[in-house]
Amino acid sequence: MITLSRSDVERIAALAHLELTESETDRFTRQLGEILSYFDRLQQIDTTGVPATTHPVTSAPVMRADNRRPSMPRDEALANAPDSCGDGLFRVPKVIG
Amino acid sequence: MTASSIQTIADIRTAMAEGLTAVDICAQYLERIAAHDGPIHAFTHVAKEQALERAESIDRRGAEDPDLPLAGVPVAVKDNICTRGLPTTASSRILEGFVAPYDATVIDRLTKAGAVVIGKTNCDEFAVGSTTEHSVSGPTHNPWNLERVPGGSSGGSAAAVAARLSPIAVGSDTGGSIRQPAAFCGIVGLKPTYGRVSRYGLLAFASSLDQIGPFALTVSDAATLLQAIAGQDSCDATSAVEAVPAFDAALREPVPNPTIGVPWQILEDGVDPDVHTAFSAAIDVLRGQGAKIVDVPLPHAGYAVPTYYVVAPAEASSNLARYDGVRYAYRAPVDAAGADLTSMYDRTRDTGFGDEVKRRIMLGTYILSAGYYDAYYLKAQQVRTLIRRDYDTAFERVDAIAMPTTPTPAFGLGERSDDPLQLYLGDVFTASANLTGLPAISLPCGYGASGLPVGLQLTGRAFDEETLLRLGAGYERDAPWWRDTPPAAAIRG
Repeated sequence: MITLSRSDVERIAALAHLELTESETDRFTRQLGEILSYFDRLQQIDTTGVPATTHPVTSAPVMRADNRRPSMPRDEALANAPDSCGDGLFRVPKVIG
Repeated sequence: MTASSIQTIADIRTAMAEGLTAVDICAQYLERIAAHDGPIHAFTHVAKEQALERAESIDRRGAEDPDLPLAGVPVAVKDNICTRGLPTTASSRILEGFVAPYDATVIDRLTKAGAVVIGKTNCDEFAVGSTTEHSVSGPTHNPWNLERVPGGSSGGSAAAVAARLSPIAVGSDTGGSIRQPAAFCGIVGLKPTYGRVSRYGLLAFASSLDQIGPFALTVSDAATLLQAIAGQDSCDATSAVEAVPAFDAALREPVPNPTIGVPWQILEDGVDPDVHTAFSAAIDVLRGQGAKIVDVPLPHAGYAVPTYYVVAPAEASSNLARYDGVRYAYRAPVDAAGADLTSMYDRTRDTGFGDEVKRRIMLGTYILSAGYYDAYYLKAQQVRTLIRRDYDTAFERVDAIAMPTTPTPAFGLGERSDDPLQLYLGDVFTASANLTGLPAISLPCGYGASGLPVGLQLTGRAFDEETLLRLGAGYERDAPWWRDTPPAAAIRG
């Protein structure tokens, strides 16, 4: 039986880059704890020697010729950015303090 | 055939042969949406100008062009599929204002086939959910009863077709997101075999489970739509090289003496009595048509839900990492002087994503974190193999496996919003097809006592959508439930 603490939830939120509010942290601690406990039933199954399925398709991946093709124009690719400079760059808050 | 009585692709072909234009058809559907979508909220964006322009170009080219199998047919598109020049937000605040710079392969193919994209449909944010309540623009309502959910995550696409606001629609299915809303709204929904349809341009939720597929009123229309979108695509390395059969032609031939398996044991618990009754009646119809019905054990099918809810959030937490406030649309306002990049990321993601998406990201991040990977993720991937083996064994002696699509008919809006685990359990019959990659179709098969539709699900062998469509068409001939129109529909059948 998994017990999930508030500090676990805070640690996961940091890993996931989510700045949770206090009430979100409370709610997720309870709800994620319930969900993870439900997953315990998977431990009842004997999977000794069973290979993992990472992908439902068994055929080999399809390869294509590595030819040069035009890519999307830079201004189109940047058009949806919340903050971009005129010279084709994304602008972000300071990275190093 | 008058424009106001059109329901199916066949109706559109008849009407156009009799002189109606693609513009007439398009205008008719735009009118229906304007008059009837208010209380349903199937659409998040109606592409009025683009659709009419597109219809005009079809008329100029001539609807009789054999290269246009969908000439003038309006199609509604789930908002997690990229449509060039149209909003594509996956019903998320984090993509508010995002206009796709390119078309998904399915849109490209639909356009080449002559279809007219009429609008974008509401969904659970990033296709994560099964009610279409988790949308930044508010919930979609079920056309059969506006107090009920339409299902999800492709609830807008399902409601649009059920309400006759579009003859066909495309959606995506990761754990049941086409089939469950199709069942709740009383229409046909098909999840093709993994790889049958290109995922290029689909906003990824869980990449090993996601598949785009058709919604339609009839099996024949679903087949026509699948035909247009199926096939290998160099832009999606997981799209399959398997040849695409002529689905339309196949429909004319019934499956000779089919054997259909029913896993009666897993239907013993937790299935609503109305669903059980409607499902059993559908099995009787199939039996009456000459199908041999046999009991098939699927010993691990009961583990599909916990397996799915480990695999899907793990993949989602990775896929949704790209929404960071830098490249797409939304960035949370941050105090320019005090803010650094990390706090901008964190605040953007907390205010840009809704509750259910955050829950899944948290779950997936936990599952993939050091010390838990083997216990959850690896274990679930192993159980996934066991579930697939159950199906492979069953398909040694049956042509298809029948189950209800969902354990209950549509439930009330808001009814399950505080209990995510309870909601997840509703995916018990649909999640296996995604975990195994197998194709599955949901067909309307009657109503519960509350007058809400019930779905019959048929699962087939890999790349054998043909058998599902043929069995479905056969069932539909004797059980044409699709002719019933819901109370909130634009027209009455």
